[in-house]
Amino acid sequence: MKEFAAWALDTALARGATYAEVRVLDTRQRYLSTKNGQCSQVRESQSLGLGVRVIAGGAWGFASTDNLTRANIDRTAALAVEIARASALAKKHDVRLAPEEKIVDRWAAPCRIDPFSIPISSCLELMLKVDGELRKVQGVTLAETSMDFRRVEQLFLSSLGSEIYQLKTQTGAGYVATSFAGNEIQRRSYPNSFGGQYQTKGYELVGELNLLENARRIAEEAVALHKCDQCPAGVKDIILDSSQLGLQIHESIGHPIELDRVLGSEANFAGMSFLTLDKLGTLKYASDIVNVVADATPAHGPGLGTFAYDDEGVPAQCTPIIKDGRFVGYLTSRETAPAVGRKQSSGAMRAESWNRIPLIRMTNVSMRPGTWKPEDLIADTDDGIYLETNRSWSIDDRRYNFQFGTEIGWEIRGGKKTRMLKNPSYGGISTDFWNSCDAICGPEYWTLWGTPNCGKGQPMQTMGTGHGASPARFRKVQVGVAYPG
Amino acid sequence: MMLTRQRADEIFEKVLKYSTADETEVMISSSAHALTRFANNTIHQNVAEEAESLSVRLVSEGRMARASTNKFDEASIRQLCEDALALARLRPPDPDLLPMPGPQTYRAVNRFFNETAQLTPQTRAETVAQVVARAEQDHLTAAGAFSSGSSAYALLNSRGMQTFHEETMAEFSVTVMSDTSSGWAKKTAPYWMELEPLELAERAVRKALASREPHEITPGWYTVILEPAAMLDLLGFMVLDFSGLAVHEQRSCFTGRLGQKVLGENINFRDDVFHPLQSGAPFDGEGIPRQRVPIVEKGEVKNLVYARQTAHKVGAQPTGHGFPLPNEMGEAPINIVMDGDRATVEDMIRTTERGLLVTRFWYIREVDPYRKILTGMTRDGTFWIEDGQVRHGVRNLRFNQSLVDMLGQVEMMSPPQRTAGEESFEMVVPAVKVREFNFASATRY
Repeated sequence: MKEFAAWALDTALARGATYAEVRVLDTRQRYLSTKNGQCSQVRESQSLGLGVRVIAGGAWGFASTDNLTRANIDRTAALAVEIARASALAKKHDVRLAPEEKIVDRWAAPCRIDPFSIPISSCLELMLKVDGELRKVQGVTLAETSMDFRRVEQLFLSSLGSEIYQLKTQTGAGYVATSFAGNEIQRRSYPNSFGGQYQTKGYELVGELNLLENARRIAEEAVALHKCDQCPAGVKDIILDSSQLGLQIHESIGHPIELDRVLGSEANFAGMSFLTLDKLGTLKYASDIVNVVADATPAHGPGLGTFAYDDEGVPAQCTPIIKDGRFVGYLTSRETAPAVGRKQSSGAMRAESWNRIPLIRMTNVSMRPGTWKPEDLIADTDDGIYLETNRSWSIDDRRYNFQFGTEIGWEIRGGKKTRMLKNPSYGGISTDFWNSCDAICGPEYWTLWGTPNCGKGQPMQTMGTGHGASPARFRKVQVGVAYPG
Repeated sequence: MMLTRQRADEIFEKVLKYSTADETEVMISSSAHALTRFANNTIHQNVAEEAESLSVRLVSEGRMARASTNKFDEASIRQLCEDALALARLRPPDPDLLPMPGPQTYRAVNRFFNETAQLTPQTRAETVAQVVARAEQDHLTAAGAFSSGSSAYALLNSRGMQTFHEETMAEFSVTVMSDTSSGWAKKTAPYWMELEPLELAERAVRKALASREPHEITPGWYTVILEPAAMLDLLGFMVLDFSGLAVHEQRSCFTGRLGQKVLGENINFRDDVFHPLQSGAPFDGEGIPRQRVPIVEKGEVKNLVYARQTAHKVGAQPTGHGFPLPNEMGEAPINIVMDGDRATVEDMIRTTERGLLVTRFWYIREVDPYRKILTGMTRDGTFWIEDGQVRHGVRNLRFNQSLVDMLGQVEMMSPPQRTAGEESFEMVVPAVKVREFNFASATRY
């Protein structure tokens, strides 16, 4: 790896780059799935390549290749410089970067059980047991399970003299029971929808999830949804389970705080942000009890946004985002940090792979736990709905008007969880919503969820992000909004 | 170096040398793409990528597995074959697995243009500079992307099936913004000169200017005119429902509705990879030739598409729409052509007493899989129409609308055109005028 990276760096500098960085990545991925009692997918992939990002003529250029001969690496580095000089044809000013230290380090994310060392027959045995448990419930028409393992080995070299090696292992697992009856399709997923739970750790995650123990309940709920009442429309208090709250944080806090959006870099595709620069330090984003951080440090936990250094070679940090309800911080890069008066990047530049440039991405954007117990929260709620497991999510291009649907809801009446509700949904305006938060459950109910599929950039990049949350209550929220009257 | 037929054959021979499986399928892909991105009237990202991958699907005693790599040396290919076989042997056999297909006959398509493959970063940058200059002329801010590239793809198996496809693709999209509004336009084409970036910029500028100081309107049920990009991005949420496997597994919104007139009498669409405005390979993920399939005729779902495996399972004929094996989804039509009519968007506006004109939608998601209720926001140019004229821009709105119901309420259509959006792959679709479209809430800009 080091030889490849050094060739590219030398060539880029020799061709006139004033700054250059090279990332070499070797990624291995294994995906297993089952469907209705049969093994569905068994596939594995490996990808090794190199990307060179440079500044030349005061502008950015990037080129990447997976043909790692000396001649081709030289050609790729030279192309990056040529592209940068073409960028300079339409530049308004020279790119300037916040200063950064030279770093030489190696880091490996904790991984107790290498998932690639587990025979796939053992994985499939567990998955087919879960599948069997789901299909024991009459009315389940489709049972699907999956496991997803990834190991990423990365070397970063820059013209600052940095040389950073990082090794990360990620594990994901989950399942879904689908039930079709009459004129309705209902689904229940565990432990989360859209692939389950993902973390930066080894196969030990699978053991922690209690997959088999929850299968029967999930299947029964999927079938029971057909017979329960539709979520009513109106204004109610809502309690979000921690996985749904994790996605709410992702969409209505995590994306708006990306400073590249705020500055217009994503205007043509992912959109901009309502968090214009004047709001830093002044906006009452949320109620006083809400505290949110963007924390990439390993101390925060094994999130999909955990690392030691970002893809610009900046150390992982814990950045306060919302402090006692006030908006206090953006996610930044070396190029954008000075725009908000920061001397150093917040270390949030991440690239999907060797063939993509780093962009400002969420790390682990998490809400600090409160002190409530879920049972006390329900007992304290007179007229509300408990919402569990995301089914749909949508938010406008400035991250202001949102709408979510969940797989299942429960009516709360007079402090008691009563009837099951199907097709629940709620919507609102980001700041109104976060200012209505009046109770957050304690650290023992806090989970660091993984969102493996966050899309941004052109060409599109998919990134994993982490979101720690415990159940929380929001007052007077519009519910039942997704179903036209 | 882009993949050629000859190089594909050589790689295939190497794989066969090391594969001891009963059956072997090799998929080789190669691509070279570049993209110039601009925002705030300047180029801020400018990238190029070349990549090649080799994917092997092996079947041994009814057990199938896939392994992929981007290393092509002898040792890596040997390791790939060993890994795939080891994976296959550790899984249970699949009783429904069919033998791999034998040799097939394909109708040729020509979608490769050297001018696109060889487009330089200088040309892209100069084009961007012209687009930016047009925006600045009206004191507006432009952002966008200009990409170009080529790809090649070969599929071969040990039963004698072998096929090869190469094509080029270029894309230009532009968003132009004032302090209170924005406009957008986008096009994709195998031949880059068809993009007409300056024409797209002009369109985006006009929309941004016309929607300045948008008014707030009360959410509710309105007549809407959906420009082709808005229509496309909604329709993209229905393509997986036309899968034979999805209906068989009761996860399609057409489960139990085949043979019924569920859409409007004026709704017809087909899948047609050979349509002159379409792109893509004329074969599917197993190498089966794609067929033209009339899917919806006069509002009735007449035919579904079928991969070989699905067709065998349900007693139908394969249509050449399967995804590479193994997969969970089965198949989908990915070259949709929706019939239109002769109306223009101007005709639709002129005949509208009160309604909305929508440039495009954003962040569309499925709310209800069977009723096919979708939610999403308008973006980059939404206009109020009154007494047959566009009056002013409006603040963006959220919709919650059943796509099935909407396709029963189409009153007028334009001729279909190749259309690019952000939520769906390209299709050939018309602009449409729809009655009673449900907007549920408004945002504050």
